[in-house]
Amino acid sequence: MTTQYNQLTLDRVQEGQPIPEFAYDVTATTVVLGAMASRDFRPMHHDKDFAVDRNGVQDIFLNTPNQAAWFERYLTDWTGPKGRLGRIQFRMKNSVFPGDTMTFKGQVEKVSTDAKGCGWADVSVNLSVGERTVTDCTARIALPTDATDNPWKRRGENWKP
Amino acid sequence: MADELPEDVQSWIGKECYHEEGEFPVEQGYIWTTCSSVENGNPIFWDEEVAEEITDGPIAMPTMISVWFRPHLWAPNRTKQAQPLQVHFDLKESLGLPEAVMTDNTIVFGEPVRPGDRLKTCQILHSVSGPKTTKLGTGRFWEIEVRYTNQNDELVGAEHYTGFGYKRGE
Repeated sequence: MTTQYNQLTLDRVQEGQPIPEFAYDVTATTVVLGAMASRDFRPMHHDKDFAVDRNGVQDIFLNTPNQAAWFERYLTDWTGPKGRLGRIQFRMKNSVFPGDTMTFKGQVEKVSTDAKGCGWADVSVNLSVGERTVTDCTARIALPTDATDNPWKRRGENWKP
Repeated sequence: MADELPEDVQSWIGKECYHEEGEFPVEQGYIWTTCSSVENGNPIFWDEEVAEEITDGPIAMPTMISVWFRPHLWAPNRTKQAQPLQVHFDLKESLGLPEAVMTDNTIVFGEPVRPGDRLKTCQILHSVSGPKTTKLGTGRFWEIEVRYTNQNDELVGAEHYTGFGYKRGE
């Protein structure tokens, strides 16, 4: 049976609109699984002694590609499967360690349609642990302009992220 | 730390280098493992019918773009450990900066990446800063671009990294 899904369309999005908050309790397994899934074998993502002694931090920490995957998951949970990431930028200010609860909070910054008719939501996302901002992220994600549109069908000149 | 960059580092700036092919084709198992690692239930990755309807078949999570170029930690006849983002490690070595972290990352996504794709990549060093001191130590920031294309020479993505190589403070 085909999975049923909800799909956000561009007409239901406006500037300033919040993206539902998402929180997740991070464990050592979260960090190590994320590093191994992204084939990141560097020891600061699985070896606490190395992270403490060489990197000067308190524990192993989430690696960059896995943080990107968490941001993607957060955004497409909001948009539904036809949401297509065009661009993502993030600045890491701190790290996420085992024992942290990481919280994603986002907001729509801009809604637009480009010259090729592709609908876009520019969003900002803050990843924090308690009061500590870990990563600031901005992203540009394509949304269907109506129920019949699908950004994933865009190719070549029709896809300008 | 001297302000001036070593000649070898200066000569790398703006040049494409490390043209490489991925060591293995894009693999469905890694896609599921990565989705699982972030509990991503997006049906385009899990449901063939949805994938067919929306993305014309299975695709990888777009943010997995760098995964396909992280080399095996060990491989037969390899005498030196291969590193992803080799320019980053070349900079650490040439500048004598033993530690490094990534601070900024921008990814622009092109054609979807699909299981079975054979991807190619190249790296470009765009800039290296003068000496800077942060809470981690004293070192330099650098900007690296990594471009990814598929077997049809279509751009599937481009990543821009900012790294900070440093010596820890006393």
